Amino acid sequence: MRLIPTASQTAGPFFKFGLDRPEWADLTGGGKAAGEKIRIEGHVFDGDHAPVPDAFLEIWQANAAGKYAHAEDRQEKSLDPHFRGFGRCSTDKEGRYHFLTIRPGAVPGRGNTLQAPHIAVRVFARGLLKQVMTRLYFPEEPLNKSDPVLGSIEDAARRQTLIGSADGADGAAKIYRFDIVLQGQGETVFFDV
Amino acid sequence: MSDVIGYERGRPGEDPPYLDPNYGSTVKRAPAKPLVRLEHTLTEVTGPGFADGWAGPDKTDLTRQGKGEPIGERMIVAGRILDEHGRPVPRTLVELWQANSAGRYMHENDRHDAPLDPNFTGSGHVITNDNGEYQFVTIVPGAYPWRNTHNAWRAQHIHFSVFGPAFATRVITQMYFPGDPLMQYDPIFHSIPEEAARNRLISSYDPELSVAEWALGYRFDIVLRGRLQTPTGI
Repeated sequence: MRLIPTASQTAGPFFKFGLDRPEWADLTGGGKAAGEKIRIEGHVFDGDHAPVPDAFLEIWQANAAGKYAHAEDRQEKSLDPHFRGFGRCSTDKEGRYHFLTIRPGAVPGRGNTLQAPHIAVRVFARGLLKQVMTRLYFPEEPLNKSDPVLGSIEDAARRQTLIGSADGADGAAKIYRFDIVLQGQGETVFFDV
Repeated sequence: MSDVIGYERGRPGEDPPYLDPNYGSTVKRAPAKPLVRLEHTLTEVTGPGFADGWAGPDKTDLTRQGKGEPIGERMIVAGRILDEHGRPVPRTLVELWQANSAGRYMHENDRHDAPLDPNFTGSGHVITNDNGEYQFVTIVPGAYPWRNTHNAWRAQHIHFSVFGPAFATRVITQMYFPGDPLMQYDPIFHSIPEEAARNRLISSYDPELSVAEWALGYRFDIVLRGRLQTPTGI
């Protein structure tokens, strides 16, 4: 017998005192994780291109070797004890968020494919009755050309919404800018997961 | 490498749409373009684990976070996290947050003219046990006004956040209270088209869970998406 899954409801505007964990925006374990440190930052915008100050993002990614810290990743690659691959960050009054993390390795796709390095991103907010889910890919990554998920998006301009842009460095960490546009011009590609 | 086994997807009517004009905040925030279907890969069938205590010690008694007891009607909320096949989801993180008994959140942007309670933050979290069970002690949240429409009031509710085993199973929802007359006017509750799916969000009063002379008991099970069945070669 099938049970009806519990429906989504908005996180509303007042989630911070319940969910905010500022320390979860640093996935590197205070810099101990192996791999190239990177900073992901950007804004969340609404359909008027106004910043969304009451959203939060969560990310999930593989470690530098391309392995997820999860029992179902049975690849013969090393886990990194200092890297869990999960982060959460609320947007600030200007709709900004940031994560400090490491550049993920490539992970297998369906069939015999290889996925380009990517970070899975989800956004919750007031006004979102259910989360939106997207992915961040990296510019100048040769594997992007053959990535099956990127390849499933025919419109090149839309595909481009999933690719972060290199934007200088914060100390030793390269910065990738990744704005999320919930609606309208430049609307980010969101996935039915 | 053999393909991963993905998760079931939601069925029409069982989840809210993004755009629901009755809930005004969706109008500028709902994606306008169709979603791109993503077949589940290793990325979606894996997800963060919290069983090792990474989220910190459980915070299950919201009535003992201050110097004194919070004002309001003490309640126990307990239930199980299951998947849609009825299997318990053990060792997963459940977070909750809510207004106090006067209907006010501990948040700088909550301007409702109702008192804050210095002894109540309204937030907690727990890792489900091996049977997928959780339990919190808290205070019945008050209803509160919001500016969606003139004289609009949110039905009493508690926000729940659950991870489950994979990126694909994560859900944030709200628990409602049986018999609350505000539910029928609440556009967030009614954003879910199917009545049976809406009813899943209403907790049930459980006299067995109530503790004599101390607290009322409400039961609230949360059902996550299940695994696609392994192909059996039929």
